[in-house]
Amino acid sequence: MNRRLHPGAWWLWALGLATAATRTTDPLLLLLVGAVTGTVVAVRRTDDPWARAYGMFLRIGLFVVVVRLVFGAVFAAQAPGTTLVTLPSVTLPSWMAGLRVGGPVTAEGLAVAGYDALRLATVLVCVGAANALAAPSRLLKSVPGALYEVGVAVVVAMTFAPQAVAHVRRVRDAQRLRGRADRGIRSLRRLAMPVLEGALDRSVQLAAAMDARGYGRTAAVPRTRRRATAALVLGGLLAVCAGLYGLLDGQAPAALGTPMLLAGSVCAAAGLWLGGRRSPRTRYRPDPWALPEWVTGGSGVLAAAAMTAAGLAGTEGLRPVPGSAPGLPALPAAGVLLALAPALLRRIRT
Amino acid sequence: MIRFERVGFRYGGTPVLTDVDLEIEEGELCLVAGRTGTGKSTLLRAVNGLVPHFTGGVLSGRVTVAGRDTRDHPPRELADVVGYVGQDPRAGFVSDVVEEELAYGMESLGVPPDVMRRRVEETLDLLGLAGLRDRPLGTLSGGQAQRVAIGSVLTTHPKVLVLDEPTSALDPVGAEDVLATLQRLVHDLGLTVVLAEHRLERVVHLADTMVLLPGDGRPPAYGPTGAIMADSPVAPPVVRLGRLAGWSPLPLSVRDARRAAAPLRERLAVAPPPAPPSVNGDGRTLASVRGLEVRYGPVPALRGVDLSVASGEVIALMGRNGAGKSSLLRALVGLVRPAGGRVRVGDAAPHETPPRVMVRNAGLVPQDAADLLYAETVAAECAAADRDMAAERGACRSLFERLAPGVDDALHPRDLSEGQRLSLALAVILTGRPPLVLLDEPTRGLDYTAKERLVEIVRDLAADGHALVLATHDVELVAEVATRTVVVAEGEIVADGPTAEVVVSSPAFAPQVGKILAPAPVLTVDQAREVLA
Repeated sequence: MNRRLHPGAWWLWALGLATAATRTTDPLLLLLVGAVTGTVVAVRRTDDPWARAYGMFLRIGLFVVVVRLVFGAVFAAQAPGTTLVTLPSVTLPSWMAGLRVGGPVTAEGLAVAGYDALRLATVLVCVGAANALAAPSRLLKSVPGALYEVGVAVVVAMTFAPQAVAHVRRVRDAQRLRGRADRGIRSLRRLAMPVLEGALDRSVQLAAAMDARGYGRTAAVPRTRRRATAALVLGGLLAVCAGLYGLLDGQAPAALGTPMLLAGSVCAAAGLWLGGRRSPRTRYRPDPWALPEWVTGGSGVLAAAAMTAAGLAGTEGLRPVPGSAPGLPALPAAGVLLALAPALLRRIRT
Repeated sequence: MIRFERVGFRYGGTPVLTDVDLEIEEGELCLVAGRTGTGKSTLLRAVNGLVPHFTGGVLSGRVTVAGRDTRDHPPRELADVVGYVGQDPRAGFVSDVVEEELAYGMESLGVPPDVMRRRVEETLDLLGLAGLRDRPLGTLSGGQAQRVAIGSVLTTHPKVLVLDEPTSALDPVGAEDVLATLQRLVHDLGLTVVLAEHRLERVVHLADTMVLLPGDGRPPAYGPTGAIMADSPVAPPVVRLGRLAGWSPLPLSVRDARRAAAPLRERLAVAPPPAPPSVNGDGRTLASVRGLEVRYGPVPALRGVDLSVASGEVIALMGRNGAGKSSLLRALVGLVRPAGGRVRVGDAAPHETPPRVMVRNAGLVPQDAADLLYAETVAAECAAADRDMAAERGACRSLFERLAPGVDDALHPRDLSEGQRLSLALAVILTGRPPLVLLDEPTRGLDYTAKERLVEIVRDLAADGHALVLATHDVELVAEVATRTVVVAEGEIVADGPTAEVVVSSPAFAPQVGKILAPAPVLTVDQAREVLA
């Protein structure tokens, strides 16, 4: 039987590639990252409904590039260089100095905007790949025990949406059966009430069913430990946020980056572990983390590491100067190509 | 196993249960019966503490299950001894795939992973769900969903299983599946089962004991099924036939009744056959369907259906869940656009007719009648219907008075009983005076009294020259009212003819009296009474 990879492995892989993408504006490297995600998704995707997420994120990415180019051409101050066209310009009052509408558009200016947009689009595409490859419900199943309630709430919300849509359809049918037009503002108001009532009804029924099936059984926990848990989790997560910010922003002080992230992670993990002991729950068939998971997650981390190392070493071409032809630096490119590994793993048998 | 000691329950000022004394033994299958609103669901929910821990209200007396007092144990603390499946099994699903759903309860109870794995496999086999293990819950049929819901509470190995109307929404075959499963659980595992059901004809022969809730403030009757059934006001056709023929002991199953009925069959063989229900319309064709095809996306729902409906006819549409019955009704009122073929109702194509005009040609009461109702009070609902259908003021209210006399105007439609709510929805539809009236699964949730009332209403409407089409699983209703029966399977019509001819020959669709008295074409207790008189 084919086994699905642990969803965490996919997210680690995708976030690794996304991190790599944030550290460069070289269009060739960025396109390479995009191509790698596309290849892996094409090889490893399933028939599940969420597998279509990749195409959607790709379209959002393209949209971002187009919008950024248009705004860059019309509003942004242009880098000096070859003028491609001159747009009709508007003279703004003096208090709006610094803004510009229209005027000459340079090739260099467009390139700066385009590189920037491509970077953002690539990050989006990486996230799309993770969404397409990792089953959302399996991911929620892997959250630590302390966050279990949040996970259940999200799963329930996900099943509620299609039910609400079906209910809306039924109520609209009923409107027609009563001889009312099923369009317009008034019909919308008449729609809202029964649909809300239906949603409320279903929540009450679901709550009763969950209660009857033992949801929310807890072990007795002393108050001091509950407080310690809360403090550890909150403090840890704050530190993680700060650490991520430091890591992703190349200009931030080094102390804010990796050390902060590590300290925060340890803190949060300890808190979640403590909190998880409150609930006596067990897991049915948790996804194992075995060799394929190490390979997939590791390849993403390596891609990020190669890019970061190249950035620290000051490798030429990571941030190409507009006007010159962009190159393909060897070390980062090799790192990104490593992330093709999951495509080579094919279907794994257990 | 379950003990109720002088249990009473009040919600607000209204008493729901009074002086309930029960002692249900281990391995007993106990049926809870009574009219709508007599507290069947309340009694079931008191077993696992949902009443009063979840619902509120005041419970007096004491309920103990496997030695645990529900006063000190909220439902979640009883989850390992009582498995509870509510009226709508789908509303209780927490996860998205069958296998996960089966494991959910065990996860909550902290069952070790290897035990969980083993129990899930055992339960999949026990309930015949192995082929469905990876299926998303949303794609299951009604019978499958019900079996998954039962499986998901069985995995925690409870001692008691509580089921609220497990077969009401199912077609005869799906219901058979679920009931066969229940019987296996009782016989093989010694599980104690408590279930409430309106369709007594489906379950009464399986029950060891019965609780009959009178609903007038008196304490309920509790005892062996045969003894309770002997003078129960609610009774399935087999019991009513037994009373009519004076059989003793009273048979509860078709098999027992058939053995007792040999002399009766001999008398019927020489008696003249009962007159088929008469069609008293002018024979005008109200609707005609030729080669109708309906699809939802790529999925075909109807394939080349031909049907014509004449005034005065009562047509029963039967068939499995998902066979295309509802699609045919929806096509007749223009809710779906035909992918091929032709539909004419009156002298227009329904999907091209604006709703305002369509309500004068055909009216449909959908499966969930409450969908049609959204005003705050009965009076407001009726006034809105008059406006919608451009009828004179008070038209809907007087229709409703005829269908369900004496209902308080100020009540919220949600507070009506199932039967009253169906009557209100029907009154709303009839306000437009459509010659063609369509009812989708009208007896779902109706007790015997409400069903008798519905039979009268349907006959009156047919006598007024309306044509009625009922999509239903209720074989007893079909035997009572339908002049013609159409069986749909896989989107095609597989049988179409007078009810007596179509249903007598079918094992799934034959009513109980028909099965007992075959080959005589007698389908209902009333017909038997006429023939024997």
